[in-house]
Amino acid sequence: MAITKRLLSGNEAMALGAYHAGVSVATAYPGTPSTEILENLAKMEGIYVEWSTNEKVAMEVALGASYAGVRALVSMKHVGLNVAADPFFAASVTGVRGGLVVICCDDPGMHSSQNEQDNRHYARFAKVPILEPSDSQEAYNIMEWAFKMSEEFDTPVLFRSTTRISHCKTVANVKEAADIKRKQPRFIRDPYKFVMVPSNARPRHPLMEERIQKLSSYMEAFPLNEMILGDRSIGIISAGAAYQYAREVFHNASFLKLVTTYPLPKKLIKRFASEVARVVVIEELDPFLEDIIKIMGIQVIGKELVPIVGELNPQILEERAINAGLLPQPQQMSQSTKKVERALPLRPPLLCPGCPHAATSYALRRLGFYHVEPHDEQASEKRAMARQKRQGIIVTSDIGCYTLAVYPPLLALDTCACMGASIGQAHGLEKAGVTNKIVSVIGDSTFLHSGITSLVDVVYNKGHGTVIILDNNTTAMTGHQGHPGTGISARGEETRKVIMEDLVRGTGVRDVSVVNAFDLPLIEATIKRCVETDEPSVIIVRGPCPLRVRMKGKPLVVDLEQCDKCFNCLRVGCAAITKDGDKITIDTALCVGDRCSLCLQVCHRQAFKVSER
Amino acid sequence: MTKTDVLMTGVGGQGVILASDALAEIALKAGYDVKKSDSLGMSQRGGSVVSHLRMGEHIFSPMIKKGDVDFLLAFERLEGARWADYLRRGGVAIINNLAIPPLSVVGGASIYPSTVEVEEIIREYTDEIYFIPATEIAVELGNPQVLNVLLVGFLSLFLDIEEKSYIGNLSQRVPQKFLQLNLKAFARGREEALIRKQNRQH
Repeated sequence: MAITKRLLSGNEAMALGAYHAGVSVATAYPGTPSTEILENLAKMEGIYVEWSTNEKVAMEVALGASYAGVRALVSMKHVGLNVAADPFFAASVTGVRGGLVVICCDDPGMHSSQNEQDNRHYARFAKVPILEPSDSQEAYNIMEWAFKMSEEFDTPVLFRSTTRISHCKTVANVKEAADIKRKQPRFIRDPYKFVMVPSNARPRHPLMEERIQKLSSYMEAFPLNEMILGDRSIGIISAGAAYQYAREVFHNASFLKLVTTYPLPKKLIKRFASEVARVVVIEELDPFLEDIIKIMGIQVIGKELVPIVGELNPQILEERAINAGLLPQPQQMSQSTKKVERALPLRPPLLCPGCPHAATSYALRRLGFYHVEPHDEQASEKRAMARQKRQGIIVTSDIGCYTLAVYPPLLALDTCACMGASIGQAHGLEKAGVTNKIVSVIGDSTFLHSGITSLVDVVYNKGHGTVIILDNNTTAMTGHQGHPGTGISARGEETRKVIMEDLVRGTGVRDVSVVNAFDLPLIEATIKRCVETDEPSVIIVRGPCPLRVRMKGKPLVVDLEQCDKCFNCLRVGCAAITKDGDKITIDTALCVGDRCSLCLQVCHRQAFKVSER
Repeated sequence: MTKTDVLMTGVGGQGVILASDALAEIALKAGYDVKKSDSLGMSQRGGSVVSHLRMGEHIFSPMIKKGDVDFLLAFERLEGARWADYLRRGGVAIINNLAIPPLSVVGGASIYPSTVEVEEIIREYTDEIYFIPATEIAVELGNPQVLNVLLVGFLSLFLDIEEKSYIGNLSQRVPQKFLQLNLKAFARGREEALIRKQNRQH
């Protein structure tokens, strides 16, 4: 079989590995850093691929496919496994028919996540094996093993990646045109296995414990766990991206690279430990390997060397190793100690020019509602006014592009916990007796993901809250994936579309408004009206994501004669509007023109104009 | 080529990732082991973008250590200053002399560094500094978006990879109707590097 050498990201390699392993069904909800796995699978022929409404649904669909005897894959980001935990644990109990691989991509360092949980714990918790690649080549190679292991041991397999595996491109030798053998779907009735009433579930637990024992012996001979013996004075046990950092920093040491990090190949570890003078465990985040190895009675250096918080990198590892005397002092003083600290302006991400969420965020701030001191202005009378406004509307937010409205200058949001939480939190605040008016904001994809159940709760329990669904007709934050409200499938084909307003009415909400995302006065008026009513209300603020549609209107220009330098336009937080000295300018390369015109609406002097050219 | 570490930095939307993808492919074709790591996600919303690109005989870590970078290729001045401490002593800093002020600057909360200040910061690590008006040249050529190809062209003169490998990759990557413009941008970047190297004018 022809092999080609390609530069693949970990996510591309996982997708290709699964495809070549004969996967038939793949499901996911987009989430950084996992999104590209399904995006890549969606380009491949002969398999079923879907964006599910959330990770729990994705897990259930993949589990169903596995019961039909075919190989199935479900992918998600780390927090997605929290959503999918229920069916994930259930899958561990029933086991599988066709191989079931659950890819979860952790995000140490929180590049784009709300926490940095270490999902290796899920493997031990749910009593399933875990496999971890350390580069794209392994990500590709391990996939076949993962499916085989799943089928042989009747268990889902947790395939764990991290941002630096998923989003790093490394060289991989892959099959050019694989001879793919997919299993034929066939469901064989077996209520003792598939119907987990207590009488059927009880005998499964001892089987699960037995499975872990068998897996432990299996892992001892797992060919991809690799022992590299060099200088025996230090023996490093590591896995995943941390292994590569360790190789980079410790040039001659001995290494035990683990691909199977649960259950651990204990005999192999003991043998390795006996070959070296001292054992160092290098792992990101929690002392997962360290704890188990210590319980085995082996003395190790672990978290006293490698931080428990944040993403690891070769820099940190080298500095810590030098300080601990594991590596020699460098000849020169390190440059970073010499460096003159300079405060450079930060560049936080912000809403794009022409973003349909900007007007709503602006309105929410203006209606309410500074809850914090505005950092973006000089001490002035405005600051005192801002203080007076503090008793305004509370805005609970969800997770998506609109969460960026928490940053200056918009400063519009008060909470953000997890997908789907905004509506429930608002309801909780209200039922707790908070006297402020409360508005929750949530995106269209996120509303379908898990907002809808909270809205049903509000209706049922006689809440009064106002929900704003920011509908930009895509899942923008992760790169414009389709969802049930878009009418576009994972493969980019047209499909039936959920009508958001009908869906909302179907939950029992009677007060439903649909407003244009670029009509600031209407948005403001609608919010004002809705927060005064005694029944739940939903405002769907609709406008397309400019990064997706990429269309421009007539250009906007600034009439400097009219401008009185109040700089209110800067409060919109538009990257296309800049102050040059005390002159306002519009960057025409960024501005989407009168498709947005929010600056024009907030200017009290009509200094912004639509140019006819 | 001995091990070469390139750090590309810029602002979301400038084409940093595209440029490092292209260079990584070119280095792979030229026979090197390659690893690269990008910041993704939030940064595409106008945030700060960085791409670590490593090439050589055998690469382990996909991330470069501070003090190891051979070439800092900054698509924007402030981002050049921000990542200067990754440069190794005597490394090469190639800075597009363009200012994209972040909102904190526009709002008056912080001050954007001048070219002289950026130079001072970088000089703590190296004297090999090139400021190029790359965006201006790209606009002159007809499209500011070819900035990334122009900068890769400039960098290419310093790397041990044949010129035709770049041309070949561009021809595969760029749609036919933009190819001439991109080839022109690449050539122009390379030419600029040659002139400055000869004049030792930074």
